[in-house]
Amino acid sequence: MLVNTIHGKMDDSLLVKKEGSVDNDNEFTTWVEYWLDDKLVHRSAHVTLKTSLFTQLEAAEIG
Amino acid sequence: MANTQSLCTSFLGELMTATHNFGASPIRAASTADTFKASLYITTATMNASITAYTATNEVNGTNYTAGGVTITNGNIPNATNSSATAGVAYWTPSASIVYTNVTLSTSFDSVLIYNSTQSNKAVAVYTFTAQVISAGDFSLTMPTNSTTTALVRLSTT
Repeated sequence: MLVNTIHGKMDDSLLVKKEGSVDNDNEFTTWVEYWLDDKLVHRSAHVTLKTSLFTQLEAAEIG
Repeated sequence: MANTQSLCTSFLGELMTATHNFGASPIRAASTADTFKASLYITTATMNASITAYTATNEVNGTNYTAGGVTITNGNIPNATNSSATAGVAYWTPSASIVYTNVTLSTSFDSVLIYNSTQSNKAVAVYTFTAQVISAGDFSLTMPTNSTTTALVRLSTT
């Protein structure tokens, strides 16, 4: 498979693939990296937001 | 029967569509939805509730990223759902993921500003996430479910 890198498209057989994720109350995030020797040549990330922003409105009492 | 004081749930939804005007407001040129955009900010920025409009200060910078960010897909009209005599929620969520394609963003970033590019780039909300860098790749933000409890923007009475 060809991977888009900072050096252009490269075959993934030449690269070391690393993946990771973060899962907390705010987000679920996954990322994938491809390394050529000790150099990072590709990194993508996908963040799924879990938490909405919430504003509460109130009607004041009259009198 | 009894009367109960409350903001009307329909009003919450109408706030999201600029139906009510309690003061001076911009003249709306069209009755269609405004265009909203999403810009990314580096971890040393100070993006918070005090932001009033889009700013290029401390915005990410890199290959294939255009200042101002990308346009949000807005296929969801705001909803307003009443749940009791005093409670209701108005809510809205973009209808698709926000995607920055084939970008290189070398400075760590951790926030996105949603703003209204039709109305002088006025700010809507700031969302944060784990700090990221991107190298010749995609960065995407997938939206939560558009519901009364998880929508990206919610106005509520209880």
